[in-house]
Amino acid sequence: MHTTAEATSIAMPGRPMPARKGAMRLPMVPKLAYRNLFHDRLGLIVTVVGIVFSVVLVAVQFGLYLGSENRIAAMFDHAEGDLWVVPLGTKSFDDPAMLSGRERHNILSMRGVANVQELAVGFVNWRKPKGGSTAALLVGSEIRQGSALPWSVIEGSANALAAPSAVAVDSTYFQELGIARMGDRAEINNMDVTVQAVTKGIRSFTTLPYVFTTLSTARTLLGASADQSSYTLVSVAPGTSVEDLRAALTKRLPDTEILTHAEFRKRSLDYWLFETGAGAALIAGALLGIIVGMVIVAQTLYASTKDHLNEFATLRALGASASYINKVILIQAILSAVIGYVLGMVLNLIVIWAVEDSTLLIVMTPRLALMLLALTVGMCVLAALCAIFKVIRIDPAVVFSR
Amino acid sequence: MTNFMLEARDITKVYRSEAGDIMPLKGVSVELAAGELTLLMGPSGSGKTTLLSILGCILSPTSGSLQIAGHATAGLSAEGMAGLRRRHVGFVFQSYNLVPTLTALENVMLALDLRGASRAEAPDLAWEALSAVRLSHRAHVMPSKLSGGEKQRVSIARALAGAPSVILADEPTAALDSENGQAVMALLAEVARDTRRAVLVVTHDHRTLKYGDRMIRIEDGRIASRARRRSATVADVELAPAA
Ligand SMILES: Nc1ncnc2c1ncn2[C@@H]1O[C@H](COP(=O)(O)OP(=O)(O)O)[C@@H](O)[C@H]1O
Ligand SMILES: [Mg+2]
Repeated sequence: MHTTAEATSIAMPGRPMPARKGAMRLPMVPKLAYRNLFHDRLGLIVTVVGIVFSVVLVAVQFGLYLGSENRIAAMFDHAEGDLWVVPLGTKSFDDPAMLSGRERHNILSMRGVANVQELAVGFVNWRKPKGGSTAALLVGSEIRQGSALPWSVIEGSANALAAPSAVAVDSTYFQELGIARMGDRAEINNMDVTVQAVTKGIRSFTTLPYVFTTLSTARTLLGASADQSSYTLVSVAPGTSVEDLRAALTKRLPDTEILTHAEFRKRSLDYWLFETGAGAALIAGALLGIIVGMVIVAQTLYASTKDHLNEFATLRALGASASYINKVILIQAILSAVIGYVLGMVLNLIVIWAVEDSTLLIVMTPRLALMLLALTVGMCVLAALCAIFKVIRIDPAVVFSR
Repeated sequence: MTNFMLEARDITKVYRSEAGDIMPLKGVSVELAAGELTLLMGPSGSGKTTLLSILGCILSPTSGSLQIAGHATAGLSAEGMAGLRRRHVGFVFQSYNLVPTLTALENVMLALDLRGASRAEAPDLAWEALSAVRLSHRAHVMPSKLSGGEKQRVSIARALAGAPSVILADEPTAALDSENGQAVMALLAEVARDTRRAVLVVTHDHRTLKYGDRMIRIEDGRIASRARRRSATVADVELAPAA
């Protein structure tokens, strides 16, 4: 060994270290976080499984919630009109009653009205061709060129509904309605009808299938008079204020409520999601997912931090600031969050694909995906605080006692 | 005037507990001069580690004053103390305390990062420090694969990187065999040759005596004796009482 010779020949590094602001830092914080995380494989697996479970649970609950919203609001997303004239006390679109029948003329005589469209909606008894019957919700609208209801027609056409006793049904309801194809016949309220159009994917939020027809056929089938309707949609002429027209309509039409499109949509959503408790249950499920995920992450992150406590004490002894150490723990948490999120989303997309075409509608939107990412990261960061509180209290003096 | 990198005056430390107070330091004054290696010796339990922790701003003294590289420590918060450690103190521990998930080089880089080295300069400084302890060839090895002597050399490189004013080592050779212990002490002596740096080594290994420029003996929390090496050419235990 030339230890002594070398010892004198090699200069000791002695450049002092000026603290430079704004210079690019070494990626030591993320590196430490990453190594700590992957050092303990089992702990990482437990953490990620916890996060995945939580992400899937929350995604499914919120996805079901959004799916319900989509179904409840589907009519509103297709019916055109600025104001809805509805029977007083109407709770939702699927809770129909009949207006008096004088609305149309009354409204058309008013200034600022561009267009009026009527819908006749009501519960009916559907008798299946091969026996048995079921309840359905009949929706009759004025069918004309470019008519909005029904939509997603895959067989026949909306215009074909103009034929007497013609109705449209959704292919996903074929079994419930006891029919097999276009052209099949059935009875509504003891009157013959023929399926002249088939839609795909129009499902109600309730268990009752929708059946679409024209306004006049609907009036006949529902036993309403020739001028009666359930809802009258008013399009406001350009240059007229919606609020002014609403005020005028309110004065003219007793026993009705005049709702804006958004108001009626929200009323329907609120009714089904909150008054019935369906939405509340979904939100409670999502909250449960968040809590379970947070507890698991907090638990594993805390355990991992405890395993690495000696290193954190060493870091502290070497002069690491509290924020330096906190960053290591936070990045560990965020890394786990991102890994768990990605796996959770993959699993969630598989679930969505698996339940497609079933009675369940689970929706994933870019907004929900972003919200879930924020939620997962937030959950993990909150969980990291427990670990940070533990580390803040370490005494760097322990570095000498081992 | 002597260039002191560290000056401690009348340091006391009291640990209060229900069983009664323990006073491991009962008024100790120490100066560490740049370019010198000071040995701190004394029996087990005499307060060496406690003193080193206080000199390194890891513990606060119960009374007394401390200056490191011209900075007084009185009244500093925990973060302020951490800042002083980071900028001015390098530690070498008996049990190395390398981060087990980082390679030798990364352990040195970690210290540089703490000291605010930029991405541009840190790699060169880290390699420089590793080659100073003659471990460049082990740079990418994990601590678990290094021998005790190698680990201690990495920890010296870590203490050295970023050029702190004071290097404090607590029994750095206690866990090493004789050959590795000698190599580590030789390195520390070399480190101390820099005139911008003071080195203090706690030891009770008499084989390390020849590496010290000065020796302080502590007994029961008080300085029992001070000695200075008479001549630079004397290799062995020939220390004279300090003037
Ligand atoms: N945190 C502490 N609490 C109470 N007593 C302590 C603590 N640390 C050290 N001591 C006591 O202080 C005395 C000196 O300890 P120490 O400085 O570790 O001695 P040395 O390093 O010289 O062996 C011992 O009696 C020890 O028990
Ligand atoms: Mg000790």
